[in-house]
Amino acid sequence: MRRSTHARWATGAAALVLVSAAAGCGSVGAGGNGGAVLSSSWGDPQNPLEPANTNEVQGGKVLDMIFRGLKRYDPRTGEARDWLARSIETRDSRNFTVRLRRGWSFSNGEKVTARSFVDAWNYGASLRNNQKNAYFFGYIDGYDQVHPAAGRQRADTLSGLKVLDDHTFTVRLNQKFSGFPDTLGYAAFAPLPRAFFTDHAAWVRKPVGNGPYAIASYTRGSQMYLRRWDGYPGPDKARNDGVTLLVYTDSNTAYTDLLAGNLDLADDIPAAQLKNVRGDLGDRYLNTPAGILQTLAFPSYDKAWSGPGAEKVRTGLSMAIDRRQITGTIFRGTRTPATDWTSPVLGAAGGYKKGLCGRACDYDPGRARELIEEGGGIPGGRLTLTYNADSGSHRQWVDAVCNSINNALRDERACVGNPVGTFADFREQLGRHRMTGPFRAGWQMDYPLIQNFLQPLYYTGASSNDGAWSNEDFDRLVDRANAETDPARSVALFQRAEEVVRDHMAAIPLWYQNGNAGYSERLSHVALNPFSVPVYNEIRVG
Amino acid sequence: MGRHVLRRLLQMIPVFVGATLLIFLMVNVMGDPVAGLCGERACDPATAARLRREFGLDQPVWRQYLTYMGKVFTGDFGTAFNGQPVTELMASAFPVTVRLTVVAVLFEVVVGVTLGVVTGLRRGRPVDTGVLLATLVVISVPTFVTGLLLQLLFGIKWQWIRPSVRGGGFDELIVPGLVLASVSLAYVTRLTRTSLAENRRSDYVRTAVAKGLPRHRVVTRHLLRNSLIPVVTFIGTDIGALMGGAIVTERIFNIHGVGYQLYQGILRQNSQTVVGFVTVLVLVFLVANLLVDLLYAVLDPRIRHA
Repeated sequence: MRRSTHARWATGAAALVLVSAAAGCGSVGAGGNGGAVLSSSWGDPQNPLEPANTNEVQGGKVLDMIFRGLKRYDPRTGEARDWLARSIETRDSRNFTVRLRRGWSFSNGEKVTARSFVDAWNYGASLRNNQKNAYFFGYIDGYDQVHPAAGRQRADTLSGLKVLDDHTFTVRLNQKFSGFPDTLGYAAFAPLPRAFFTDHAAWVRKPVGNGPYAIASYTRGSQMYLRRWDGYPGPDKARNDGVTLLVYTDSNTAYTDLLAGNLDLADDIPAAQLKNVRGDLGDRYLNTPAGILQTLAFPSYDKAWSGPGAEKVRTGLSMAIDRRQITGTIFRGTRTPATDWTSPVLGAAGGYKKGLCGRACDYDPGRARELIEEGGGIPGGRLTLTYNADSGSHRQWVDAVCNSINNALRDERACVGNPVGTFADFREQLGRHRMTGPFRAGWQMDYPLIQNFLQPLYYTGASSNDGAWSNEDFDRLVDRANAETDPARSVALFQRAEEVVRDHMAAIPLWYQNGNAGYSERLSHVALNPFSVPVYNEIRVG
Repeated sequence: MGRHVLRRLLQMIPVFVGATLLIFLMVNVMGDPVAGLCGERACDPATAARLRREFGLDQPVWRQYLTYMGKVFTGDFGTAFNGQPVTELMASAFPVTVRLTVVAVLFEVVVGVTLGVVTGLRRGRPVDTGVLLATLVVISVPTFVTGLLLQLLFGIKWQWIRPSVRGGGFDELIVPGLVLASVSLAYVTRLTRTSLAENRRSDYVRTAVAKGLPRHRVVTRHLLRNSLIPVVTFIGTDIGALMGGAIVTERIFNIHGVGYQLYQGILRQNSQTVVGFVTVLVLVFLVANLLVDLLYAVLDPRIRHA
């Protein structure tokens, strides 16, 4: 008798746990904000949300919703169009006069004036404020005083900026740069309200901008709710009531939530799901080109890679990579084999030139073997391909590239991947010039200009020239292109500079990357812009 | 008893210093965290130098450690790269993970011990064999498989739960808690079963039975009290392991707890976050172990005097 009592107690307790578990699960609420609000996946921004301090996509996503600058990049064509600027005029590509439209204000009611821009740019450039995008202001006169490469800061404000009246200011550059106005759509050039300077801590907790959305609530590391700002004067008003950005630790979970109907928009489809995504979502899957190019760069500081004949080896390696097969099998069509060093999102007028790479980017194992042999073989006899293994699917494609090279060279051990644990460690090794072979060098454009695909990467001493490649012809052509006032002639000169990159194979272009996203049946008019960020203000709910 | 507690407390000091020093050195060996802060390009040297100074990275490691520990005792854990004080991250992360751990431990204690008692008292019967087999399966399947499977079944197929956790309340954490607890739960079951079965044959139980004590009294007062000592040890040390090891579960169910912050911290080489969270986890381990030892003394009077 006793025995059965005990057993009953035990099973009773177990049952209680299970029942309470089931009851708890049933009570999970929808937690929506009501109205035509959509939820979208998000990642925790790496830096504080200041315009000049945000250099990754997740923070940029928010800035794109709450800020509008002098220019805006057309979400479809990428073309830079005047937005807050009524006009940006110059005679000499060095002195610019910016006139603002009237009637714009921040969502807290403060008017957007010339000072909102000048103060923001001075803040962004100042060394004191540790802004990671400070170099964007490097073209403006006086930058070397405000942000010296070494030593003490000698001025608080950029001497090249002058406010003429409430709606006019002038910019003087330290060199000719005809493309300068087209860079002004970048988030770092956004205007800032007084509140940013007077109560900075509060502003960072809940940023205030002048875009179509205003931040209603922000729980750091977890979610942000943006509601439509009805006072927004621009033509690109939000067509939904708001957006809830939810931080996901893993894009797989976001995708699962999308399938379960708990999330409206996931803008990063995990690689493992690419084979199911068509079947799962049908037309609600987007796969559109973005301004991202994946390349392999070389350590030019290493004599073995910069000496005579090294160009032939580099070109030969390029020809040993079967881009079509890798993009098809590993990336399932979310990448396109590259045939130049820019991106299709620029368009032909913007400088994209299909096939500029020519035969050097075609898979030709026979010619690859010849060239590498003529060039004296792979330095050190073996290729190590360095990449960071912590994000993306770098490991998969690096292994595939190595396989392709090994097959082409008929040598099982010609190429090996060299994974580095974290991105930070990878960047540090690059910075210290420790590479002995090619390395991953992805590039996501800051603004849709051919200049942005070439100058930061291949100009002598440029910020992202990690291989320290240097070529006088290239530098001269870039300088001339920047000084050229006629856009078409400027683009043509940049393309000649790109040909120099090709002839020396400064870096092997691999493939153009697409942005991809999936969305629920509640949404329509979903599109990705050339930066692979959803165009939130155009999305309709219901 | 007082001396026993005091001795245990004193032992904690060198362990704490050693453990934090080790993690500090390991994080520092990982390389320069500022290098990864500026995306696919190098930070300009002037800004990088300023950032390094701000985070104290320009100092020798031993001095960094001393300043850091000095600050920790005043409750200052430094600032994460996104400008948030690490204490703020902790305030948002620890409650969620503690709730998750509580759910997991409850599962272990209630389900694990119950199953252990049931099987321990019925050795060789079909119930026993069935549970043994089930625990074997649970132990051999990795947590992430269990997690993804339950997420798929409960979240998408049957729509009982939301596949991801939003707020982190107890109700949302039941399935993730079960996943987190699963392996330990199986161990607790087996441990209880063996220990119970062993002690059932011992003299004092036979005496108790011979005295004519009611069966439930023999089981709860005499048999369980002794049999649970190894189980308590296991659960106690497991609390720390659960908190630190929640990385996988938290990732699968999108729980923004300690595992999530640690993962982000390591990925971004954010030494302030990593060292801060690990320091607190070390304290949790130490306190959990202390509690286990004290519970020992309560359960078995011989230990107090040893």
